[in-house]
Amino acid sequence: MNSYTPTAADFEPLQEGIDAEQIHRPSVSYWQDVWRRLKKNRRASVSLYIVIGLMLFTLAGPLIWQVDPALQDLEQISQAPNTGRWALVIADDAPLPEITSRRLATPALIPEDRAPQNFRLTGSANSEGVNLAWDAVPGATGYQLFRHELEPRDADDLGLPLVRLLSTQLSYRDRLGLETRQYYYSAVAVFAEGESRNYSTIPVSVTQALLLSEARYRGLVAEDATDAEAIGSKVRLESHPLGTDYLGRDMLARLMWGARTSLFIGIIAPLLYVSIGLVYGGLAGYSGGRTDDVMMRFADFVIALPFLLFMILFKIAFGLGPGESGIGPLLLALVILSWPATARLVRGQVLQIREEAYIAAARMMGASAPYLVLRHMLPNLMGVLLVSLTFAIPTAIFIEAFLSFIGMGVVPPTPSWGSMCNDGIRTMLSHPHELMFPAMMISITVLAFNLLGDGLRDAMDARMRSDG
Amino acid sequence: MWLYIGKRLISGVITIWFIATATFAGMHMVPGDPLLNDKAVTPEIRANLERAYGLDKPVFQQYLLFLKNMSQGDFGISFTQQNRRVNDIIAEHFPVSAMLGVLALLFAAGGGILWGALTALNRDRMPDHLIMFMVIICVSVPSFVFAALGQLAILRLNNLLGVSVLPVAGWGTFSHMIVPALVLGLGTMAYLTRLMRSSMLEVADTDYIRTARAKGLTPARIFFRHQLRNAILPVVTVLGPAIAAITTGGFVVELVFAIPGLGRYFVQAVQQLDYTVIMGTTVFYGAFLVLMVIAVDIVYGFVDPRIQVSKSVG
Amino acid sequence: MKPQRPDKFRLLTCLALLCASSALAVPPAVDVANNEISIVMDQEPQWLNTVKATDAVSFRVLDHITEGLMTLDANNKVVGGAAERWELTDEKVTFWLRKDARWSDGEPVTAHDFVFAWQQVANPASASEYAFLMRSFTNGAAIIAGEMPPESLGVEAVDDHTLVAQLTAPTAYFLDLVTFISFRPVREDYYRAQGQLYAADADKMLSNGPFVLTEWVHGASLRMEKNPYYWNADAIKLDAINVPYITEDSNARFNLFMDDKISMATGLDISSMKMAMQERQKLRSFRDGTVFYIGFNHRAGRPASNRNLRRAMQSVYDVEELTYKVIGVPGNVPAYSLFPAWLEGDDDKLLAQYPPHKPVMDAEQGLEYLRLAKQELGLEEIPPLTLLLSDTPGSIKQGEHFQNLMSRKLGLEIRLDRQIFKQRLAKMSAGEYDMVGAGWGPDYNDAMTFADLFTSWNLNNRGRYSSERYDQLVLEAQKTTDQRRRNQLFSEIQDLIYEDVIILPQYERGYIYVQDKRIEGVRRSRIGGDPNYNHTWIKGAESGGGAAEGY
Repeated sequence: MNSYTPTAADFEPLQEGIDAEQIHRPSVSYWQDVWRRLKKNRRASVSLYIVIGLMLFTLAGPLIWQVDPALQDLEQISQAPNTGRWALVIADDAPLPEITSRRLATPALIPEDRAPQNFRLTGSANSEGVNLAWDAVPGATGYQLFRHELEPRDADDLGLPLVRLLSTQLSYRDRLGLETRQYYYSAVAVFAEGESRNYSTIPVSVTQALLLSEARYRGLVAEDATDAEAIGSKVRLESHPLGTDYLGRDMLARLMWGARTSLFIGIIAPLLYVSIGLVYGGLAGYSGGRTDDVMMRFADFVIALPFLLFMILFKIAFGLGPGESGIGPLLLALVILSWPATARLVRGQVLQIREEAYIAAARMMGASAPYLVLRHMLPNLMGVLLVSLTFAIPTAIFIEAFLSFIGMGVVPPTPSWGSMCNDGIRTMLSHPHELMFPAMMISITVLAFNLLGDGLRDAMDARMRSDG
Repeated sequence: MWLYIGKRLISGVITIWFIATATFAGMHMVPGDPLLNDKAVTPEIRANLERAYGLDKPVFQQYLLFLKNMSQGDFGISFTQQNRRVNDIIAEHFPVSAMLGVLALLFAAGGGILWGALTALNRDRMPDHLIMFMVIICVSVPSFVFAALGQLAILRLNNLLGVSVLPVAGWGTFSHMIVPALVLGLGTMAYLTRLMRSSMLEVADTDYIRTARAKGLTPARIFFRHQLRNAILPVVTVLGPAIAAITTGGFVVELVFAIPGLGRYFVQAVQQLDYTVIMGTTVFYGAFLVLMVIAVDIVYGFVDPRIQVSKSVG
Repeated sequence: MKPQRPDKFRLLTCLALLCASSALAVPPAVDVANNEISIVMDQEPQWLNTVKATDAVSFRVLDHITEGLMTLDANNKVVGGAAERWELTDEKVTFWLRKDARWSDGEPVTAHDFVFAWQQVANPASASEYAFLMRSFTNGAAIIAGEMPPESLGVEAVDDHTLVAQLTAPTAYFLDLVTFISFRPVREDYYRAQGQLYAADADKMLSNGPFVLTEWVHGASLRMEKNPYYWNADAIKLDAINVPYITEDSNARFNLFMDDKISMATGLDISSMKMAMQERQKLRSFRDGTVFYIGFNHRAGRPASNRNLRRAMQSVYDVEELTYKVIGVPGNVPAYSLFPAWLEGDDDKLLAQYPPHKPVMDAEQGLEYLRLAKQELGLEEIPPLTLLLSDTPGSIKQGEHFQNLMSRKLGLEIRLDRQIFKQRLAKMSAGEYDMVGAGWGPDYNDAMTFADLFTSWNLNNRGRYSSERYDQLVLEAQKTTDQRRRNQLFSEIQDLIYEDVIILPQYERGYIYVQDKRIEGVRRSRIGGDPNYNHTWIKGAESGGGAAEGY
């Protein structure tokens, strides 16, 4: 059994000052409530994490993935995502001697309409070059070489016309955009009347190679290795988890640095014009009367300007100096054209708030104008501003992408998602990753900010305010 | 009412003057020289060119001349196509953009209302999720990606069927307009779908729907007579700004589908620094938008008795 | 939603029917029954007025609808056009015109039409950019300067069918020159009647060529029909050429071709080429005769005016890498000279006869030149150099490659300055650059069209290169008509360009294109309008004949 024996202390009077009767509940401010409701909204909170993730990608990404976005790797142009491919190190200056013939070019020979015989590969076929040679065809005035990715079916299906050579040249080194794959080379003799219909074809498998000097420059072979040791060794090329672009630059690094450009424009421009709109609209609304009239009339003028047309016009009007990326003029043009929308919004809100009873009360208590603005008006405006800011970000990102698409955006080599899309769209069929990744980044960002905006708007909606 | 319209028109004229001035100023801020070409010309020929285009006069005089001609509806002669008047260029290419825009808008509004209603009726069920997912995609993918994909899709379709169902690019017949209009309207459609959905849901919670339901009306009757009608109103109010967005936003679609619209012409003119065409097009579009806004406001005044336009001046 | 469904389907069927019926109205790539073909153009022709035309697209159209005294045959040989006979002495040229050459309204083409046209080109009031061509005639220069009336041009119509021109100097390539668009005839009465709007629309122009422009929907489509009044109409096989599409998007052009809407798609990019290979299309290549190069700003005080700095860049700029890896489009070939490979020499091609120097890639030598340059310029470091570029994707890619290469091999900092067309020209003219990506195409079929580019008096020498020796070589080549001597002089110019590194040649531009299997005889030419369908025929169509295949 458990028995309790009261002590004298239990009968002491309560101390003064302890509010034992107070019903206590933690107070929830408006912002705390917004935050709580935002967290409850699954979609909004996911997009919030995405936005945070994007920020990390942009700011911390380059610290982790320390690849120079401007580093061109001409051995790996437009490569699909990979984790480092193997390459054979080859000697630098090993061009095979050209096979030429003067004697056979004499037109005295009776032309024989046949394909070049003994069409063959001389030396190894690798990404630095494919050496081909063939025997002369009597009476030919020249030779035409083709390269196909499929096995040719007839004389009209020989693939890319690589080069037309003089009759004296009986060998050729193909270096044109070689990929590591199977090619079908064809040779055709050319006569005075035109190309012969007879052709010789050989299949060639191209392997990845790297020049010794290039391997040394990139530190892929040991410093103390002699040339003889290094040549013929296999080295692993840099890995490109998202592939490379048209100059062999790492897509992941470019996306990270492109994010800096795109998000910089996407966030700074709205911040700037929303603040300008806030000051302008606030001033107009607060002063009222004639000032308000004139100020708002001017804002209306600016709104009336056809947006995209003026965006382009201003963009070129501000001009560009050498080496400038063009981010400045883009920002400026965006700000000049976009502030009036916020100004209108703010003015409307200010006009409304001005009439509120608490403002009248504060004024009667002798509150100064700055106090009124800072303490009462601004906090009440914050919600509306935050929502419009969140929605302005995707719009700005889209505008940057659009301008880059029509060639008036950010200037290369500064990467931006929009200009990367523009570059990628041309090779959409052959190298879809060059379009897909930047387009996905834009889409994800726009999506995240839109959903976050939706969430914020719902969370701030006073009608939907939860009871705690 | 008439007084209101008059006031709006006057302010419209002032706005157009402002646009014209801003364009002129912007144009003359542009570094570069519209008279330069690949082949250099001798100073004598250069002087002849300057005289021909009135560029030998001081800027202010050029401005006054520009305003004077503009007030008479004359935008001058193109710099790059010296035998074509800017008025003719606009008259020829604007209808193309407008046609495309109207079609895109019809598609966007029709699609938006249809999908919006569908999602609202199937709230939180599979069709709702599916459509809203598509809508989200449409809002977040840049239009040039859609344009390129659209063209590719036509090509693949034609190759698959062995006959040319739709043209890949170009302009002239109705079949040329379908896919470009779809691509152009996609963004607006997605926006309208969202709007329609939330508006439908809002209406569904109202008392009069509850009353109708209590009266025992059939769901179809409730839907068509009450819910849809009321839900469409907010959609209609955003159509005005949507027209503006669509007619001027056709650059990309016009570029990709080889449509001879004014947007594509403008981009070319900018590349060539064709002063007169740039100024003419911008002022024309500005004036068009201003008039559209005024017209839409006035129409609302007639349509919605709750809005009294004559009182909302200022 | 159920009641709506049938409606939707009905609407869809209506739409499908509408599409199918209207698709029929679009002309096919090759219309065998009507003997017509359809082609695409990348832009709207800017000026269809021969007096003022400057752009390639206008040239292409004008080459079908007008004809000069001399013209090109299917094999690009200069033959008589409106002229039946001609006689070229040192400084006097006489043309005897065909009696049966007529305008598209049936009126005869006379010597007066040529005289009027050439006077108009020279006339300051026309402000023609090709006015400089008229300096070949006596008084030409004075007329352009406005010092003499246009009527005083040294060209005279002796009678309706005889034209005599007085040249200021013997011109070896004058007959080639006369094929150029600016030398086409214009009929005075018609020209004056149309005034400012001459050639603004299809019904505001006259033709004397194989075809007549019958429809022109600006920015959208053109149609050219065979000209019944053309003197050699029997030799023209096609009844009409449609241009139902105008698009600068090479993907769209290729897509149109694959959809059997146009009979030729040119300028394929790598993506389209791969697709064409998958579809087993025959790919063809064509070099348009333009040479691309990096030009320097030779103005005094500019770093690039230093020869050693230019040599440093020359010894590391690997144009093979540029052409084969960076550009990577077949058809382009690395260039080592200002002169393209197609120019004729004495009995072989000019470049086969006088092969240009290929710079040896040597980074150490480059650094040595750089050290000398710094010494001569009195600089610790070379300041960042500006590379001016146009805003085409290709030129930016090349610029990025150049930037990377110079920084890696020489430690030079290059700043890219991308500008739209007119702004780039303004900067070039004002000399606000150190290097510029530029190209030069031929105006006439002679090495001189390239050689005089860097003379001190040539206004197109925007880098202001100036050397007495260069000027002298060109002057001598201009004076002599001895072809052997001229070619020697050209080779000396070529060597001087290499030794003085006046430019860094990059590549000769080439295209890959696809052409419908059913058509033959498309003429590709480097000068004037290209491609040309004057001698094209459709296999199996009624008026098909056996002209020789074009180049």
